[in-house]
Amino acid sequence: MIAVLRAELRKLRRPTLFLPTMLAASGLTALTTSLLYLLIDSPNGNGREGMRVTAKRLSAPDGLVFGFQSAATLLGVIALCVFAAQTAQEYTYGTLRNILVRQPSRMKVLGGKYLAMSLFALLIVVVSAAVSFALSFALASGAKVSTSLWTSVDGRQATLTALVNVTVATIGFGTCGMILGLFLRSPISSIAIGVIWILIVENLLTAVVSGIDKYLPGQLLTAVSTGGSTSLNGTEVITFKYGLVVSALFVISGTVLVSILFKRRDVAN
Amino acid sequence: MAYSLEVTFAVSVNDLTKTYGNQVAVSHATFDVPQGSVCGFVGPNGSGKTTTIRMLLGLISPTGGTGSVLGSSIAQPQNYLPRVGALIEGPAFYPALSGRENLNVLATLGKFPKERVDQLLETVGLADRGASKFKTYSLGMKQRLGIAAALLPNPQLLILDEPTNGLDPSGIHEVRTLLRDLAKSGTTVFVSSHLLSEIEMICDSLVMLRAGRVIFSGATQELLAAQQPLIIARPENNEDLTDLGKIVESLQKSFKAVDGALEIMASSQWAPTLNRTAFERGITLSELQIQMPTLEETFFDMTEGA
Repeated sequence: MIAVLRAELRKLRRPTLFLPTMLAASGLTALTTSLLYLLIDSPNGNGREGMRVTAKRLSAPDGLVFGFQSAATLLGVIALCVFAAQTAQEYTYGTLRNILVRQPSRMKVLGGKYLAMSLFALLIVVVSAAVSFALSFALASGAKVSTSLWTSVDGRQATLTALVNVTVATIGFGTCGMILGLFLRSPISSIAIGVIWILIVENLLTAVVSGIDKYLPGQLLTAVSTGGSTSLNGTEVITFKYGLVVSALFVISGTVLVSILFKRRDVAN
Repeated sequence: MAYSLEVTFAVSVNDLTKTYGNQVAVSHATFDVPQGSVCGFVGPNGSGKTTTIRMLLGLISPTGGTGSVLGSSIAQPQNYLPRVGALIEGPAFYPALSGRENLNVLATLGKFPKERVDQLLETVGLADRGASKFKTYSLGMKQRLGIAAALLPNPQLLILDEPTNGLDPSGIHEVRTLLRDLAKSGTTVFVSSHLLSEIEMICDSLVMLRAGRVIFSGATQELLAAQQPLIIARPENNEDLTDLGKIVESLQKSFKAVDGALEIMASSQWAPTLNRTAFERGITLSELQIQMPTLEETFFDMTEGA
């Protein structure tokens, strides 16, 4: 499995994938973080879904991670695209047959690929967090936000927790991409269906059907990334624990299903 | 098919079958590939060659039958695949990676030494293009890279599906030489190709498929020797062609006239009889030669109606 992991990392570090992905992730995080501070006095809000995040709120110990967490769903979508493309491309390029001749254990192939893509997702999160944190410190004084509590023990704890939560959620989104990639065996179809579902279908369903977000994987993973989701009036909609358990159930069931499919399906292309 | 009992086989399949619903891709295939031989695998498009190769490589599960590769059952490909190199249905690589990096991915996967990558790029004539992206390669270069990838494990068995596709004549010659050299060093080569003249030149044994069934398996010479040769007889005087045809008919042999000569279905031993009889009837032959059927002619003969 380590050999598969190392081989997969060789593919993931190719400049045409690595640089654009890191630029996209850090660019999106930079955008959400910048807007959070630059629009702090805007009556239209400066956070997700028009939410107002005040200077007092941002000055709290966990204020540093606000901008970063706001971009978590977008980081998840990027991970979904990378995982889906990396998995499905083996079918479209016909390279899966080469891989399986060199490593006949299909579970080792899947495990190694998954570990490598998860490491890549971790790197996306770390790079994005670094950009967001640097921008937060740079923009804080202009927005009259105090940074003194960010580096306190509570602040460091909150930052670490947010990093872990966003990483778990991003890998969760990525796993959904891998599931789609293995099932559909086409990068374009997998990415299109995954992105449309997460960004459009789930949001439409949530707006139309009350309480359905508790059963939608994208909403649940977003709740995991933010440590639980709240409505605009501040009431908690999905708790962190619920989001973690139910999204894990979704992701694990899907992974088991496609693993069985991957193990048994003939490689005829 | 007849091999002596002492021969050991690199590949041996028995009753191997693959069906997709009602469609039979490979039907009860039974054949052996002697160790150290260059064995050709021929058949029309859709005859089941690639499906058979994929079953040997553990990519497709057989519906029925058994098989072994390098002494291990095809149900456990992990036992023999580290000693097998394969190029299946054309070269498949990552377009955005260079040729060298593509080989590095496979070398990492198979835990092969990195030095082997540069050696093989040299062997297949891609040393100066190793750093170029795969997507910039010509068809022939892609094919060469595919062959290099197949050679990565320094294989005991090399399975090549159409290795000369897209290669120019000098490339085909290089591949032919390479396969011969590999066979001399003890590597068994199992090669499918539509270039039957190439197969005839390099293969000492042959497996022929038609509509998923094995119609011949054995030594190439054995197959060709079993075919009826042709006697080409050309009269010196073109007006004697009709009379020569009557003589052949009277001797109860079938023939057809082609370009001022007769192509007669008869064994080589019959040629002196024809020469003598023609001479006695006053016909001088300017040409009398025995022509053995080529593999291509034999192939069409055996697979016609497929």
